Amino acid sequence: MVNGDNKTGWDVQQMAQKVAMDIPDGAYVNLGIGIPEMVSGLVPEGREVIYHTENGLLGMGPVPPTGAEDPELINAGKKCVTAIPGASYFHHADSFTMIRGRHIDICVLGALQVSETGDLANWSTGEPSAIPAVGGAMDLVAGVKTIYVISKYLTKTGAPKIVKQCTYPLTGKGVVDRIYTDLAVLDVTVRGLQVRELAPGISFEYLQQNTEAKLIR
Amino acid sequence: MIDKIVRDTADAVSGIFDGATIMISGFGEAGSPVELIHALIDHGARELTVVSNNTGSGHVGLAALIENRQVRKMICSFPRTTNSKVFPELYHKGDIELELVPQGSLAERIRAGGAGIPAFYTPASVNTPLAEGKETRVFNGQTFVLEHAIRADFSLVKCHKADRHGNLVYNKTARNFGPIMCTAAETAIVQAREVVPLGAIDPEVVVTPGIFVGRVVEVRNPADESKLVAEDRRYPW
Repeated sequence: MVNGDNKTGWDVQQMAQKVAMDIPDGAYVNLGIGIPEMVSGLVPEGREVIYHTENGLLGMGPVPPTGAEDPELINAGKKCVTAIPGASYFHHADSFTMIRGRHIDICVLGALQVSETGDLANWSTGEPSAIPAVGGAMDLVAGVKTIYVISKYLTKTGAPKIVKQCTYPLTGKGVVDRIYTDLAVLDVTVRGLQVRELAPGISFEYLQQNTEAKLIR
Repeated sequence: MIDKIVRDTADAVSGIFDGATIMISGFGEAGSPVELIHALIDHGARELTVVSNNTGSGHVGLAALIENRQVRKMICSFPRTTNSKVFPELYHKGDIELELVPQGSLAERIRAGGAGIPAFYTPASVNTPLAEGKETRVFNGQTFVLEHAIRADFSLVKCHKADRHGNLVYNKTARNFGPIMCTAAETAIVQAREVVPLGAIDPEVVVTPGIFVGRVVEVRNPADESKLVAEDRRYPW
């Protein structure tokens, strides 16, 4: 329906770019699997950002050239990566000490649903046929200081992903700080979802028409 | 004299009994002790409870152990990956149990098990289905959920270098669950790419001190699980 209205908004690259612009120099950042992984390549020059991957690497570098992959050097998405100069390896309990112990500054995650109070559902649709799998998502939202979500505003079938209350099983309650969508960037506040930025051609009214969550100008 | 080196992988897994709880290192294929798992398939112990982050890929390693119907229950955080077919099939048929644990809680439950801590409170999973039925407690106005330690009868772990005392170093992100799993098992069984003389590992860089390790076997050229999966290899060969 968004495309039908010619309301295309930002593409995925532009969404990731918006996140990257908001990551300050010196931040320790954990990126979720999928679209969040794009963010690392888009951080502006001159900022030193250290990427943490839950499987035991602080100082994750870019994807290695073909032929130089090491199956024992991977990220949380189990893709081959590199380690930057100054990187360190550690075991899983230390890795989640960094996460749960509030040592990581920012985590960027995907979402199935986000509620107006910052509840996040991103690990299961709750369907009985699905194999439940949670990974590190619940630890990340419980322990990382700032949680950014990057997600389309609507599902492929046009259903809202920004909702009054999540219907899918929660990953965490009241954990999301900011939502980067294709149509707008929204901040979770005590009064509701504050529209921080609108994509070109997208009106506040259009956003509000497509969610039951309370939006604030 | 202390000599934890055993002759081969069959020796390494000897004594693993039916109904044992076994921790298996690895995050995906990185750090997965494929050769030890295959020795356990040959050995044949059944009704196992396996603690491992994933459930294996293709028809080798952990997936082959599950396919061979030796595993009664999996305790893990992420039981599916792109190439995991064996576990989903058995799970849908109701032929294998699953205890799903957030990854950090899984790691801390293992760490606690090795450290003599019976249980701990964590903020992860509060207000989610994974906290249902678990005790909660409020500290400084925030709710935490009680998670219990896990201990194992055996751990199967892959490392990079070992000496005869069982001192270990690992390779890059293949370290993952290895060090904590060594601490939490009655007998930690380790496959090392290279066994080196005492003193060859600088004490400053030892990651797992030998006290946590029961047996070490040298496996010089361990298989890349992803390569075996790509070639559609099946164990037993």
